[in-house]
Amino acid sequence: MTNHWIDIKNSDCILIMGSNAAENHPVSFKYVTQAMENGAKLISVDPRFTRTSAKADIYTALRSGTDIAFLGGMLKYILDNDLYNKEYTAAYTNAGFIVGKSFGFDDGLFAGYSKNEKGPALGRYDKSAWAFEMDDDGVPRMDKSLSHERCVFQLLKKHFSRYDLDTVSQVTGTPRQDLLTVYKTYAATGARAKAGTIMYAMGWTQHTVGTQNIRTMAIIQLLLGNMGVAGGGVNALRGESNVQGSTDHCLLWHIWPGYLKTPRASNTSLEAYNTKWTPESKDPLSANWWANYPKYSVSMLKSFFGDAATPDNQFGYNWLPKVDDDKVYSWSDLFDAMYQKDIRGFFAWGQNPACSGSNAAKIRKAMENLDWMVNVNIFDNETGSFWKGPKADPKKIRTEVFMLPASVSVEKEGSITNSGRWMQWRYQGPKPLGNSRPDGDIILELGHWIKKAYAAGGVFPDAIVNLKWDYESNGAYDPHKVAKEINGYFTKDVTVKDKLCKKGTLVPSFAWLQDDGSTSSGNWLYCNSYTEKGNMSARRSQKDAENNIGLYPEFAWCWPVNRRIIYNRASVDPKGQPWDKKDWVIKFAGDVKDGKYVSQKWIGDVPDGGWYPLENPDGSRRDDARYPFIMRKHGHGQIFGPGLADGPFPEHYEPLECPVEKNLFSSQMTSPTAVVYRTEADAHATCDPRFPFVGTTYRVTEHWQTGLMTRTQEWLMELQPAVFVEMSEELAALRGIENGERVKVASARASLECTAIVTRRFKPFQIGYATVHQVGIPWHYGWRWPASGAEESANLLTPPSGDPNTRIPETKAFMVNVTKL
Amino acid sequence: MTMSILIDTTVCTACRACQVACKQWHDLPAEQTTNTGGFQNPDNLSFTTYKLVRMNEEQIDGKLQWLFFPDQCRHCVDPPCLETAFDEQAIYQDSMTGAVVYTRYTKRLDAEEINYSCPYDIPRKGPDSIIAKCDFCNERIHNGLEPACVKVCPTGAMRFGTRKKILADAAARLETVKKKYPGAALLDPEATNVIYLVAFDPTLYAKNAVADTRQQGISRQVALRRMMGPVVRMMRI
Repeated sequence: MTNHWIDIKNSDCILIMGSNAAENHPVSFKYVTQAMENGAKLISVDPRFTRTSAKADIYTALRSGTDIAFLGGMLKYILDNDLYNKEYTAAYTNAGFIVGKSFGFDDGLFAGYSKNEKGPALGRYDKSAWAFEMDDDGVPRMDKSLSHERCVFQLLKKHFSRYDLDTVSQVTGTPRQDLLTVYKTYAATGARAKAGTIMYAMGWTQHTVGTQNIRTMAIIQLLLGNMGVAGGGVNALRGESNVQGSTDHCLLWHIWPGYLKTPRASNTSLEAYNTKWTPESKDPLSANWWANYPKYSVSMLKSFFGDAATPDNQFGYNWLPKVDDDKVYSWSDLFDAMYQKDIRGFFAWGQNPACSGSNAAKIRKAMENLDWMVNVNIFDNETGSFWKGPKADPKKIRTEVFMLPASVSVEKEGSITNSGRWMQWRYQGPKPLGNSRPDGDIILELGHWIKKAYAAGGVFPDAIVNLKWDYESNGAYDPHKVAKEINGYFTKDVTVKDKLCKKGTLVPSFAWLQDDGSTSSGNWLYCNSYTEKGNMSARRSQKDAENNIGLYPEFAWCWPVNRRIIYNRASVDPKGQPWDKKDWVIKFAGDVKDGKYVSQKWIGDVPDGGWYPLENPDGSRRDDARYPFIMRKHGHGQIFGPGLADGPFPEHYEPLECPVEKNLFSSQMTSPTAVVYRTEADAHATCDPRFPFVGTTYRVTEHWQTGLMTRTQEWLMELQPAVFVEMSEELAALRGIENGERVKVASARASLECTAIVTRRFKPFQIGYATVHQVGIPWHYGWRWPASGAEESANLLTPPSGDPNTRIPETKAFMVNVTKL
Repeated sequence: MTMSILIDTTVCTACRACQVACKQWHDLPAEQTTNTGGFQNPDNLSFTTYKLVRMNEEQIDGKLQWLFFPDQCRHCVDPPCLETAFDEQAIYQDSMTGAVVYTRYTKRLDAEEINYSCPYDIPRKGPDSIIAKCDFCNERIHNGLEPACVKVCPTGAMRFGTRKKILADAAARLETVKKKYPGAALLDPEATNVIYLVAFDPTLYAKNAVADTRQQGISRQVALRRMMGPVVRMMRI
């Protein structure tokens, strides 16, 4: 989230789309309710009327996979009716940037496209075709009047001119009137001192256009002036209580901790690596905070390798693995490789891929190729027992499976990081049961054994032998040691900012990190979380800040440097005064003399950099100011996003499996850069009479993820005992299905038996001239528990396609058939 | 000092945390259920289910509504079940909290008669003839805690406090809710200590949401007792 959970109560209009917050983030509804009590409107846009929709002021449905069409229509509505925040857009976004002549968009393709015959990505773009026009100083040319024909604003208008109400309605199946109601209500937050927020989750991300779904909303939020303000922002409701922590600490192949980049093979030295990934800006008003990149990468290396990392050996840079330049090692790619016998050993650590991965049958088959598997989990699951699953023949499977029983979160001390970036320290409740052990202890011991093995030799032992591995106290894993390591230390006596910092003391914040090896930090973003002042994430003060908007600055700790609302320099006008006087986030309170600021002081939230405002009270510009979007190279919010794999502007494409023959926006059916896997286990079928209904997956309050923790809990199984498929009364009549009967749902890949819930909460869509039905299935089940084995995973049905930027699977939109058993 | 609960169904999201918290606090077993074509489970209150979130999809004024009703014992001000039982060892009302509490001595009562006397169809007989229902988490209240269901409610749909405060809160909340739902109402607030706020016709939420929807007859025994008044009570006829 750019904002945080409590801040939702400050909103004037809450759009819940691509999320079912009441069911899946129930506590968040406390804040939604508070906002509504203060007059906020709640809008729920969902293919199905959910428990969230039941509380909404406005509900409407859209066909799964058409969010860009829906939001594109809102964008057009905002632009056509002049509802965008002109001052904010011109001053703080790249709306005025002039795009180079090589940029173009024609019939669904941006300039620079080339097909990829090898796959799995269908194609790629040469993004240099989208570059900005630069002036002689190397700064993008800007037209703040937003009228130049190649400025982002005009290109945006042109791009979304096709997203008129009729076309949008035909594609989404949403009635025109409903579109207008939603657009009008939400666009009203473009007014000064009004804020709208978006709560989204997997309903938006799990598509081949997932990243662009969020981009469309980000553009809307920028145009409406909703970024950086209280009650605004772009707010992802993370699907797991500590997944924010896991992504922050880089448990994904393409990033190092703190969202640094995993080095490519072509980054042959530390210097080459730092040069490649450190953005450069020639604009003195752009903070371009990532220019500090080398300080963070070097500090990370120092943290990993301690004293063994020196300037002479590039701080151990060569000991860390690089990825091949044109290869992708995403989660889906791992199983694709496993299926093709290229991966023979596998740690399934705190996950259940046999039920959580898209096209689960392929994943289960892939596991049969393994020589060994280590299943680290609290209970046995469909993954650890894959070899005796419904379609497996144990006689033909040679995999040796080790079960390492793990402890549950409440049995361990440590931290979690929530969706709002808040890191909260937790204490151990009950002690671990039986032989189960916390992950930290397992990893610690594993590390010792691996180090011991490599000390005796092996291929390239340096990386392991030199790894610093001193995270224990009294023989046990010490989370405090790890937390401090993550924050970082001064590795020698050094003077920074005129202050002598002693070796072995904790670094106060990432502003103190150095690129010369004098500091270490396991994750620069978390530098400031555990300092000489103590464990900031363990704080529990209930005292709010003076602006009373629910920041609670001393409750836990958040990154970066406890800034609760990021991009908050956009919450003030160029003179540093809040757009919204009532719910203000920061305020410049420096002394004024002769119409100019003469001292530096911000109050409220931690400002997104303490520089002076862009203008003095007398309107004169200052050159010691910075633009608000400090993490972007050019300091401006990106309406035009030149760095994504699938285009600088969002565009509607149909899901890989869709119910229509034509895409009404262009002749490109599927996203031209979408990822589609190609083994024989990756069958798919689109606009195919054998699979005529749109299928989607979702969650329920009563179960958790693949259900490993909840299918074994009797009170929860009492509530939701079986996997079900929800369908409209019209579809049920078509198939002669009665409420409560067991039915079969099939896709091109597999079939699933489930209980039919016939309900008015699903209604058929009018898509052009056709009636399109949609159904939905919760993905919480699997054959391992309950013992009957009759409740299986919805992911057996889901498709082999993924987003080109993230490769997140397209589990929210595919095609199925539903029949009586 | 009588305690009360306000349940604002317009805020309830049917998360069922209350239903599970009740089971956890009272160590009640789960029932064996199947999905009969909806989210609500089990189908009804039982000897081992004291709290049940009823979920009904209704078309009202051309709009689809999904109505949520976290059903439970109302802890009536003058409980008919207590009057019918006329046996303080079996059913008593805690004079401090107002909780209507059933003991194991309900075994000797006529369970059918007790259930029938309840306007809301709450009391349930178990296999050993003991009758059970929500006990207001009376021991929690005596120890300065809120009932388990109230404590766990994430949205604040359930509120707990003195009867005076809850009645005042309920009246204020009703005024606010009426702005959006003109037909909103509090259900039997003078007669119960668990007061529901609904937006629409109460019978759409639950068959026995309000007292007058259930056929009620008075048994001969009860009629006799009422006629004879306090003398009878003393003589325990």
